[in-house]
Amino acid sequence: MRHIISLLMENEAGALSRVAGLFSARGYNIESLTVAPTEDPSLSRMTLVTTGSEEIIEQITKQLNKLIDVVKLVDLTEGAHIERELMLIKLRAPDAERRAEIKRLADIFRGRIIDVTDSTYTIELTGDGDKLDAFIGAVGEGAIIETVRTGASGIARGTRSLHL
Amino acid sequence: MELSGAEIVVQFLKDEGVEYVFGYPGGAVLHIYDALFQQDDVRHILVRHEQGATHAADGYARATGKPGVVLVTSGPGATNAVTGIATAYMDSIPLVVLTGQVPTPFIGSDAFQEVDAVGITRPCVKHNFLVKRREDLALTLKKAFYIATSGRPGPVVVDIPKDVTDPNVRIPYEYPREVKIRSYNPVVKGHPGQIKKAVDLILQARRPMIYAGGGVILSEASAEFTEFARALGYPVTLTLMGLGAYPATDRQFVGMLGMHGTYEANMAMHECDVLIAIGARFDDRVTGKVAEFCPHARIVHVDIDPASIAKNVKVDVPIVGDVKNVLADMTRELRARKQQPDGEALKQWWARIDEWRGRNCLQYDRHSKLIKPQFVIEKLYEVTGGDAYITSDVGQHQMWTAQFYKFDQPRRWINSGGLGTMGFGMPAALGVKLAHPDATVACVTGEASIQMCIQELSTAMQYMLPIKIVNLNNRYMGMVRQWQEFFYESRYSHSYLEALPDFVKLAESYGHVGLRIEKPEDVEGALREAFGMKDRLVFLDFITDQTENVYPMIAQGKGHHEMELAPHCTAPQSGERELA
Ligand SMILES: Cc1cc2nc3c(=O)[nH]c(=O)nc-3n(C[C@H](O)[C@H](O)[C@H](O)COP(=O)(O)OP(=O)(O)OC[C@H]3O[C@@H](n4cnc5c(N)ncnc54)[C@H](O)[C@@H]3O)c2cc1C
Ligand SMILES: Cc1ncc(C[n+]2csc(CCOP(=O)(O)OP(=O)(O)O)c2C)c(N)n1
Ligand SMILES: [Mg+2]
Repeated sequence: MRHIISLLMENEAGALSRVAGLFSARGYNIESLTVAPTEDPSLSRMTLVTTGSEEIIEQITKQLNKLIDVVKLVDLTEGAHIERELMLIKLRAPDAERRAEIKRLADIFRGRIIDVTDSTYTIELTGDGDKLDAFIGAVGEGAIIETVRTGASGIARGTRSLHL
Repeated sequence: MELSGAEIVVQFLKDEGVEYVFGYPGGAVLHIYDALFQQDDVRHILVRHEQGATHAADGYARATGKPGVVLVTSGPGATNAVTGIATAYMDSIPLVVLTGQVPTPFIGSDAFQEVDAVGITRPCVKHNFLVKRREDLALTLKKAFYIATSGRPGPVVVDIPKDVTDPNVRIPYEYPREVKIRSYNPVVKGHPGQIKKAVDLILQARRPMIYAGGGVILSEASAEFTEFARALGYPVTLTLMGLGAYPATDRQFVGMLGMHGTYEANMAMHECDVLIAIGARFDDRVTGKVAEFCPHARIVHVDIDPASIAKNVKVDVPIVGDVKNVLADMTRELRARKQQPDGEALKQWWARIDEWRGRNCLQYDRHSKLIKPQFVIEKLYEVTGGDAYITSDVGQHQMWTAQFYKFDQPRRWINSGGLGTMGFGMPAALGVKLAHPDATVACVTGEASIQMCIQELSTAMQYMLPIKIVNLNNRYMGMVRQWQEFFYESRYSHSYLEALPDFVKLAESYGHVGLRIEKPEDVEGALREAFGMKDRLVFLDFITDQTENVYPMIAQGKGHHEMELAPHCTAPQSGERELA
């Protein structure tokens, strides 16, 4: 099963490598990992997407919690949550026909064109992973010059929250 | 008080109550060594190899419960310490290891003797720090000691760049008496609801088994544990790391369990209906084939580390907490209940266990003309009155000591269980002897293991540490040879030690006493002679039977009920069912 684990950790040098090291040392899967400081500069928030059996996910959360730098942790998948990922994608847009089509697709997916040259469009798109995949499918692989994806970040729905 | 970084390190150690630092100097720590030189409170023990420093500090910690402290230089000093750090990590032993580092402006430049000590040690420490500012030194050291000794203990590395200890820059210093770490709050009190559930289950048992480990010793909970077990009258088995947590001479003790545990302990594990696991981590040397582990049992597991629970084996009643607290709560809860354990069922259960005991699984040939290693350990037990601190190395000799030396007290049996580090025994014994100068301290070793840290014989001489070394010299890496005999059709690939030194002369060359013993009838006399020499290190080189194997044995990947007994072991007694 796919799980999204969110954690707050001390914003210290080396904290990230402890998490990465834990995953490689214990052979856990890691699909994506994003991290950035929070409004409290002493804390970083990390979102980890991983897969494994229930037993493995339980071990992963326990082992993460055991890291001294990890302050708090939640498995978002245990409740209703929102997941978002940002993608920047550079597409071939050589002629009027292609340009119109890309523009139309971007509108449908609520993407924004953020950079233009006479032969390319660069589009910004957010959503869950499936939506981004769907967009890639729609434009067709041949059109793609470059994609950058941030990996998922997530937050619980409703009043539940991960904070100190 | 205004102190330099180097002085802060030393003053802090003094304020923290550190008696001994085990170390080895080098460029990056010379400022600290200079500060050590100018005081007498913290004693420095100069080893001959940084691995020896970590093992000695580890032995000190295991024998006392206090953290062991190590000081090594950057680069090779730090890398040499890694084996000892990993050894402590696997057995949850509190160590604080100070490693020198190149000056902060040079970090990352492949400077002379630079290694990423924090990176190298990350997977084998409980936590580690790089101190970049001298203002952070005192608090970081306090955190290191706090983390190392609290919760599930473990080693903590503090990497200190040379400029941080600069003797010419002084800053105010005050000993930080307390420290709080918001992200680190070990749970020590067991959940009352879980304790009730556990007691319910424990009282329902008809074929109960108590399986305890190193956690009981780490928690200083032997007294509580013994009281709990006696209140129930249930059989007790201990892991290799738990030996001494419950008196081995007590009737309720059925011996160690696991790969080289007793037949009765392993059979009882296989047939029990309730397993009470306390401060033990279901290691694969204990469980055997996990799919066949305790097939009939519901399991209670008490452990301070949530990650130990349900890691290898699913449990029914998990309790996160400190063994000492949880046991006290459980015993109180038990006493408050009207219900008693089912006496009749228990009687039958004990009768069954006594049948297994009747197989006498640890018997060996007592009439051999060669010295049997088991015999040496039995005599060692007799001669030391069962009251010594015994360290060991890794191999067959370690297993025989665990089987034949009956430890009645905690912290007396000191060995590397989790990592299985050859070379551990002798330096560990030096640490033990420093901690308990008046106690009898012996290291049981093999001719292969002892050579991995033999250089520490020199340290023993320098500090006059009169330990006794019991070398069970079978001219083989016996444990390797045994596996090759069993599983590789006796192809003894590189397990025979040619060109062994003359250990008697070797000991003498370091200034110690050496004795070689070749006949069974000389064993006891030699031991008495050696232990009579109170102020000398004596190296006893016992030339033992080369072909002896450790029995009983569960081959890797087999279940507890598939234990193999020694070929000469007593046949099953009448009435004993053969088990599926
Ligand atoms: C050659 C060789 C052969 C071996 N054969 C065997 C064998 O036959 N049988 C055997 O048993 N072992 C054997 N071992 C040792 C084995 O590898 C493990 O080291 C050992 O079984 C682990 O013991 P333990 O479960 O008591 O855990 P430990 O490593 O002692 O761990 C202690 C557990 O207690 C917990 N704990 C710590 N402090 C507390 C506290 N205050 N409160 C609550 N919980 C706490 C920890 O979280 C941990 O889970 C062998 C080793 C070697 C080298
Ligand atoms: C550092 C290290 N290297 C290798 C091993 C693998 N190993 C385990 S036991 C053993 C042989 C030990 O021989 P010896 O010390 O003579 O003890 P014996 O088994 O003969 O009693 C070896 C090589 C180990 N445990 N540690
Ligand atoms: Mg040997």
